[in-house]
Amino acid sequence: MTVPADAARRRIVELFLSSEERLLQRWTQLSGASPDDLRDLYEALRTALSSDDGDFADVRGLLAELSRARVRQGHTPSDTARLVFSLKEALYEAAEADGGPEALRGFVWFSRLVDDLGLFTFETYTAARERIILDQAEQLLELSTPVVKLWEGIVAVPLVGTLDSARTQVVMEKLLQTLVDTGSEHAVIDITGVPAVDTQVAQHLLKTVVAARLMGAECVISGIRPQIAHTIVTLGIEFGDIVTKASLADALSYALKRSGVEITGAAKTRVAVRAERA
Amino acid sequence: MQRVPILKLGDILIVSIQIDLDDQSVLALQEDLADMVVSTGARGVIIDITAVEIVDSFIGRMFSTIAAITRMLDAETVVVGMRPAVAITLVELGLSLGGVRTALNLEKGVAMLEHVRGGAG
Repeated sequence: MTVPADAARRRIVELFLSSEERLLQRWTQLSGASPDDLRDLYEALRTALSSDDGDFADVRGLLAELSRARVRQGHTPSDTARLVFSLKEALYEAAEADGGPEALRGFVWFSRLVDDLGLFTFETYTAARERIILDQAEQLLELSTPVVKLWEGIVAVPLVGTLDSARTQVVMEKLLQTLVDTGSEHAVIDITGVPAVDTQVAQHLLKTVVAARLMGAECVISGIRPQIAHTIVTLGIEFGDIVTKASLADALSYALKRSGVEITGAAKTRVAVRAERA
Repeated sequence: MQRVPILKLGDILIVSIQIDLDDQSVLALQEDLADMVVSTGARGVIIDITAVEIVDSFIGRMFSTIAAITRMLDAETVVVGMRPAVAITLVELGLSLGGVRTALNLEKGVAMLEHVRGGAG
């Protein structure tokens, strides 16, 4: 026996609309959510189902709001989806009581609709999470690239964490801008906090150094740990005539010497520093 | 075609590029500069590109060419005031301006020329 699809659809919508109070009560019982939320949802669903164009924008809006609110209350996204799915069970009881083939066939259609809505709450949840992660990545990018002034005319960038193209771009731009703003002729890029250097990272570093050189500043790379030196040599990366130092202290002393500052009595406890005529 | 003015300050020639350079202007500048170096006996050339926001590979090569030409005429060329964005573009283009001296600003460029000549003389 076949049942025309639109007849089945009409019947289940009728059932849905006619048994409002009972449905809501059962739904509340099954899901354990607040009746007010469910009533709003029910009302939006009723409007959507009664209209001919089947516009579920309001329902989706309500669901998105509900999903967000429940996450804040500490519910898992599965809980929220289950809340929506429990409407099926509530309506199934009504369809079973009706017993007609239209009602059962229509229930299948309605069930698919509810599935979509349940999945939509999950999607909302993921989208919200995704946005948070993106925001945090951006904040991390800003946080993790300070350019510090070590001395008059010497700036340093202590790099911490993994270097990728996006970060290197930010570091490069920030460093070059600082060189211009402060008129510094020496820059130290300290990679003590960089866990690994591969060909790509090395390429990024080289680009930064060459760009600084183009602007008329000298770059020193410091903080190269033994394993990293090993990796760089094993990979066959050529640093060319770029000055590299083992520690930030070495790099600073090199840059000071280059900028004409003389450090005397380094071996004694007292350190006297004299700057040459600028 | 716009011509870039060349200013003389002591024995240094200063070229401040404040227009959008097209290929014709670049070629004219190279010729004018060579003429000026010979006629004034300048020992140094400073090209100020503080106002230049866009460079392409042709202009990038211009710096190297000018540096090579002036060196033939016993004058050092310093490019000063390159913006970070321009530097990044040049690096991405794979131009490292070999043989060209660079300085952060005009003041440091003049100091660099004095230092170079002091070392030579």
